[in-house]
Amino acid sequence: MNNPPSLPSHLLQSAAVRDRFTRLKQREVILEVKHLGKQFTSAQGTVTALKDINFKTHRREFVCVIGPSGCGKSTLIRILAGLESYTSGEALLDGEPIVGACAQRGMVFQGYTLFPWLTVKKNVMFGLEMNDHSKTTAEREALQWLELVGLSKFADAYPHQLSGGMKQRVAIARALANQPRILLMDEPFGALDAQTRAKMQSHLLEIWKNIDITILFITHDLDEAIFLADRILVLKAHPGEVQELIEVPVPRPRNFMQITSPEFLATKARLEALIHPPKVEDDDEAQIRPHMIRMARVGDDVEDVE
Amino acid sequence: MNSTVIPIAPKAVVAKPGWTDSWFAVRKELTPRSRVALIVGSFLLPILIWCAFSYLPFVWHPMMRISDPGSVSYFAPDMLVDKDVFRDETKTAKQNGTALPQGSGANPIYLPAPHQVAKALYTAFTTAPERKDGQWLHESLWHSVQIIFWGFLASSVIGVPLGILCGTYNVLSRLTEPFIEFFRYLPAPAFGALAVAILGIYDGPKIAIIFIGTFFQQVLIVANTTRKLDIALLEAALTLGAKKIQLLFRVVIPGILPDLYRDQRILLGWAWTYLIVAELIGTSSGITWFITQQARYKNFENVYAAIIIIGIIGLVTDLLLAALGKWLFRWERSPNKA
Ligand SMILES: Nc1ncnc2c1ncn2[C@@H]1O[C@H](COP(=O)(O)OP(=O)(O)OP(=O)(O)O)[C@@H](O)[C@H]1O
Ligand SMILES: [Mg+2]
Repeated sequence: MNNPPSLPSHLLQSAAVRDRFTRLKQREVILEVKHLGKQFTSAQGTVTALKDINFKTHRREFVCVIGPSGCGKSTLIRILAGLESYTSGEALLDGEPIVGACAQRGMVFQGYTLFPWLTVKKNVMFGLEMNDHSKTTAEREALQWLELVGLSKFADAYPHQLSGGMKQRVAIARALANQPRILLMDEPFGALDAQTRAKMQSHLLEIWKNIDITILFITHDLDEAIFLADRILVLKAHPGEVQELIEVPVPRPRNFMQITSPEFLATKARLEALIHPPKVEDDDEAQIRPHMIRMARVGDDVEDVE
Repeated sequence: MNSTVIPIAPKAVVAKPGWTDSWFAVRKELTPRSRVALIVGSFLLPILIWCAFSYLPFVWHPMMRISDPGSVSYFAPDMLVDKDVFRDETKTAKQNGTALPQGSGANPIYLPAPHQVAKALYTAFTTAPERKDGQWLHESLWHSVQIIFWGFLASSVIGVPLGILCGTYNVLSRLTEPFIEFFRYLPAPAFGALAVAILGIYDGPKIAIIFIGTFFQQVLIVANTTRKLDIALLEAALTLGAKKIQLLFRVVIPGILPDLYRDQRILLGWAWTYLIVAELIGTSSGITWFITQQARYKNFENVYAAIIIIGIIGLVTDLLLAALGKWLFRWERSPNKA
């Protein structure tokens, strides 16, 4: 009864899924990262955050990046956004090297970064105005994007009046309004509660289906990665390197029922094996060893504890 | 959902917080009633102490006001003498069997009673200046307000933009701030003589002192406020395609505006504290001239009245500015809601 059902290999793909991947790989390459490396030099010495990262994303692909804490996920996405420099290798968007931030690469951050002094609508208009659209065009398009994320009613609200989920919806609308080539998302739903998070995931997939956008999405939640991604880039820490690039065999369209499907479980098992290897501790957190001292009074045994 | 009876949990016994708990809760907003009570109290308390000193003879009253000089030759009606002197003279008169001096306890001339100051608050405005070319009190006050205004304006016109630039660009910060840091330790009044030599004896040097007193602090404070802007907002703007100058005008400046406004309110308060020194430089003028004149004629109730008026002007300005700020920056989340 308790025996785990024997899982198929995560490499096993149905004919439909295999076809999909074949077609996907024939699409043009949007983002190409070649031998990318990054070292931080600080007073404590040099830290190699990223080492020899290689991957490609194709047009309209959804790639998730996953890895233990401190493996350089944020560093990678910040380099791709142009917010951080890199020390070796190349990062190319449409074959052009990435230098500095620009509207071609939209970004949604983990923290809330809406401009608090602008209304929701003006936040979405911001990027359009920065890129020399007229005010009327910007306003018209902003309202369309707000419609898409379901927040038309809140067009004139200020960010502090919105819930966390709503703020991230606006942030997505704001990034998409510029019609970037790629949307970079650094744990955008990390601060949300489980329910809101699930809603945001389906919503993001809906958006992705309906517009021409390539998404690179960072998460440390395995389910989230499998649910969203075409392919998952698994990083390992110290130094941050690509461990594996997994093609998710779960067919599209995705829904939450698939979480118990064999393909889903197989992928999850593989990811778990990669990220939480039985022994090796390469996680930043693992190096912090709390020293457990008993703080409760002797004899103060509350039932059901332990 | 379902109709089973849910057992009612026993009502938790919540200890009713005593006033010490509710008033001394760390950083908790008070109820509107206790807030008003405290505001009234903060003014009432010093006034009550002042009343006690003025109207209760046993509290202080170190002097005697003579009502009848009796046989003491140098006493005169309404004269104030030390209690010791009065006691000695009474003793001497008693021994000599001559008429005893009469008097009652009084405070020194420099501590007028509240009702005297209250009256002075009114009469100071209705009394014509002693000399033809002198100024009415409201004219003096208006002159002072103008000095503050021009000094503060001149400082802000340069200091605020410079502060914002220093807070935004490290190059400028490194270039200017060490010198400003050095300069701000020099007391502004020390430049009085220099200011007179350069700017003459009228309003120029006074405005200059207000300027010197405000400017250097202003640059440092505004630069600091600018640096506190969340860098994530700047990064978000960059990924949305904002260029350098747009970052400054569309993100940095609007982002710091509420804090900048608060800084300006505090700095304006500091500017007022330089007023008296500034007005003593060159030809004494404004409210300071009024105060020194009244002190010379020992009209101390007028001195107090003038000081209170300065306080009222400062407080009312600040309250008005605070209300304006609340209205201007409606988009700001109130710190207690966060
Ligand atoms: N500015 C910096 N200076 C020095 N070291 C840095 C800097 N930023 C990041 N690092 C180091 O680089 C490594 C990768 O950091 P990064 O923030 O990219 O990890 P992450 O995978 O995003 O982690 P998390 O899952 O906790 O968000 C870490 O070891 C970190 O200490
Ligand atoms: Mg991170």
